[in-house]
Amino acid sequence: MANKVKLVPVPSGSVIPERDIDKSPILETHHLGIDFGGLVAVDDFNLTIGRTEIAGLIGPNGAGKTTIFNLLTNVYQPTRGTILLDGKSTKGLKTSQVCKLGIARTFQNIRLFSAMTVMENILVGLHDEMDYNVLSSIIRLPGFFRSERIARERAMELLSIFNMEDLADAEAGSLPYGAQRRLEILRALATNPCLLLLDEPAAGMNPSETEELMENIRRIRDMFQIAVLLIEHDMNLVMGICEGICVVNYGKVIAKGDPDQIKNDPVVIEAYLGKKGAK
Amino acid sequence: MAFLNFLISGISLGSIYAIIALGYTMVYGIAKMLNFAHGDVIMVGAYICFYAVARYKLPPLVGILAAMAVCTVLGIVVERLAYKPLRAAPSLAVLITAIGVSYFLQNGALLLWSSNPKVFPSVTGMGKISLFGGQLTVSLVTVVTIITCIVIMLVLTWFTGNTKMGKAMRACSEDKGAAQLMGINVNSTISMTFAIGSGLAAIAGVLLCSAYPTLVPTTGSMPGIKAFTAAVFGGIGSIPGAMLGGILLGVIEIFAKAYISTQVSDAIVFAVLIVVLLVKPAGLLGKQVNEKV
Amino acid sequence: MNKNKTLNKTSRMNFITYGVVIAAYVVLQAMVSTGSISSTLKGMLVPICAYVVMAVSLNLTVGVLGELSLGHAGFMSVGAFTGVTAAIALQNVIPSGTLRLCIGMVVGAIFAAIAGVLIGIPVLRLKGDYLAIVTLAFGEIIKSIINNLYVGVDANGMQLSFLSDKTNLAEGGKLIIAGPMGIGGITKLSTFTIGFVLVMITLVIVFNLVNSRSGRAIKAIRDNRIAAESVGINVTKYRLMAFVISAALAGAAGTLFAENYSTVVANKFDFNTSILVLVFVVLGGLGNMLGSIIAATVLTVLPEALRQFSDYRMLIYAIVLILVMLITNNPTLKGYLNIIKQKLVRRKPAAQTVEGGADNGK
Repeated sequence: MANKVKLVPVPSGSVIPERDIDKSPILETHHLGIDFGGLVAVDDFNLTIGRTEIAGLIGPNGAGKTTIFNLLTNVYQPTRGTILLDGKSTKGLKTSQVCKLGIARTFQNIRLFSAMTVMENILVGLHDEMDYNVLSSIIRLPGFFRSERIARERAMELLSIFNMEDLADAEAGSLPYGAQRRLEILRALATNPCLLLLDEPAAGMNPSETEELMENIRRIRDMFQIAVLLIEHDMNLVMGICEGICVVNYGKVIAKGDPDQIKNDPVVIEAYLGKKGAK
Repeated sequence: MAFLNFLISGISLGSIYAIIALGYTMVYGIAKMLNFAHGDVIMVGAYICFYAVARYKLPPLVGILAAMAVCTVLGIVVERLAYKPLRAAPSLAVLITAIGVSYFLQNGALLLWSSNPKVFPSVTGMGKISLFGGQLTVSLVTVVTIITCIVIMLVLTWFTGNTKMGKAMRACSEDKGAAQLMGINVNSTISMTFAIGSGLAAIAGVLLCSAYPTLVPTTGSMPGIKAFTAAVFGGIGSIPGAMLGGILLGVIEIFAKAYISTQVSDAIVFAVLIVVLLVKPAGLLGKQVNEKV
Repeated sequence: MNKNKTLNKTSRMNFITYGVVIAAYVVLQAMVSTGSISSTLKGMLVPICAYVVMAVSLNLTVGVLGELSLGHAGFMSVGAFTGVTAAIALQNVIPSGTLRLCIGMVVGAIFAAIAGVLIGIPVLRLKGDYLAIVTLAFGEIIKSIINNLYVGVDANGMQLSFLSDKTNLAEGGKLIIAGPMGIGGITKLSTFTIGFVLVMITLVIVFNLVNSRSGRAIKAIRDNRIAAESVGINVTKYRLMAFVISAALAGAAGTLFAENYSTVVANKFDFNTSILVLVFVVLGGLGNMLGSIIAATVLTVLPEALRQFSDYRMLIYAIVLILVMLITNNPTLKGYLNIIKQKLVRRKPAAQTVEGGADNGK
């Protein structure tokens, strides 16, 4: 299904697509770790993601996958280690600043601005694309109208990716589940990211919807030339679109590699199925 | 000695706040609502006791019991009529309803009992206890207030920890849905909470007016707000928190009055609350709950 | 087709609001000039304007930002005292009363905004009910401070003292704020027209703010703070922005209100006033500015209108308040209300637009 990409190993033990290898990676983490009280939730997490790579983060429930997303977006400050986004450390930044630097995300339990319209949700994502200030908006200077018009056009373009133009004025909270998930992806894309984090994008979807989603993730990557890191339990999706996969369990990386390597890795099988399954 | 005197009157005033704060905190814990009418229940309790003792010459204990009975019934009726229909409504709607109830009670009292201040007869008598060879005098009201507060605290702690109803209350305040699935009658548990809170308010009203004997229909307002502050101060929803918050608030208020200025004592009390909340955003004994991302 | 219709829903609602306010002004002004208005109602026109501004500005905090504030009257108080002081201080410099009032309102708004920043920075670190109680606390603190503030002016300039009158003014000096006595001997400067202009300015500011990137950021924070942060919204900045703008408008309303009476005391702006304004906002519907305007007007007039019931009027007011909250929020009663509404709409389809606007208070 996926056109076979050649993968190249990098120093962190990850693999990234060959087309990205002469460029610096978009994201690198070094020995990243966080403790909650005495509990080590994530430890020694090393990952490298190429500029246009679709990477997967998998592992059993409670393995620390969402915690890793929260670390990457600075919702939590790491106890140890560093995160380099495009070579620059994001240490000490606020979540909103990390977003401005180029990491956008979706959430496992959908977090839309539910009382606002679909259009407004996207416009919030385009917040930094608009350059007028409060005063200009209150006395309605010409810059306000120009900026708003451009932003609305851009929002319609984004909605057209998922053919959601007709829903622009619907209240986001009233959308069906699948449309909400898609809107969340579009809102993240509106922030003009270089790395898109998707937290279980296929949760609650039926096989045909998942199939469509896979196609769309690939399409988004190609359109925007960005990297995607996704958490997912649906193995068809992960094996189908991810070029590099990282498996975590108990907060630690237990395997890295391309889909074929991961599928046959005894350590991974053991983590998912227990010791007996591995034999 | 002056210091000790102030400390004792602070603890006494704080005990009254604590008893009122218990009502706030229990209702908040279980119904997640700020019951702004609670302060006015205090006033109703005080009036009932006043009429029983001063007009009908009943013994003080009967007066207190009558006040408790009336307030308990009042609490249940108000809950059934005004709050229960709004169980699923946004908290702001319930808050405004509570304010409506507060207006209702105040203005009802105004009609029934007029705005002329009533001089409340002390239920404990005017006795004083002299200590340290007369250097320290403590009025009987103060002693009775502090003892009552301690007794209530002990009984409530035992009640919520050991009885079936107490456990049901704790379960409901954690998760109403789950409590219902476990066979707990959520509605009657909430009614029970209101009943206890209002009964305590009656006691607080009688003690408050025994110490500060002027009774008008707005008597309950300011102590109500202060007790609410005390409940937040200690961590709203927590019974020991309400006790601690109430007593601290009373002590701070008396000390501010004695050593700084009577006029700005309220401002100082509120300033201390703000500082505490900035350092401990969930109050002294409250649990900080972080939203899971 | 469908798109354009709904796209304009917000702006249509805004225009209806402007229209209603202008129409009300024209009608009332005509009634005033023909003398067909009762003197009681005439005397209430300025307070109504002030309460409308209070309600709309509080709706910005409660409805748009989604934070409960129980101390809005505190900002009104700051605006009232600073604005009136400014107007009095300028008495000999600027002869035009209207200009003095306008300067007073700007001064009131600026000082209330400063108070908004000072209070907002600590307050907005808290959440939910804790935030509410701290705004209540600040409201009481402001009341206490102004109650003990003495400000006088003499040849040496302005003099301040706290707790007791230590201003020790030189010959010809004048005590402006006299602690618990407040400010006395105010020349009434407020007029219905100025009140109307302030209401219109408030509406323009609030509507234009809400329908801009800043307003969307504020609403986004209300709907989902974590998601707003994740798309790059500076949460602290926009929360503070909404809070401060709301405070500044309340300050201007305070000056307008105080300049309508000959004396003003700090106790007028207490917890009960904050609650009163909150009642307007909740009854009018969160985020629904027209609702706030109507609720503020009706509930300011209602106690007067109920005067014939004399002693029972506040009791009736309380019962009305409780009943309205029950009817609009209880699922069963709301169902009955909808059935009645549908019947009315079927009979008179034109009534639909007005109905749609008035019940946003979910």
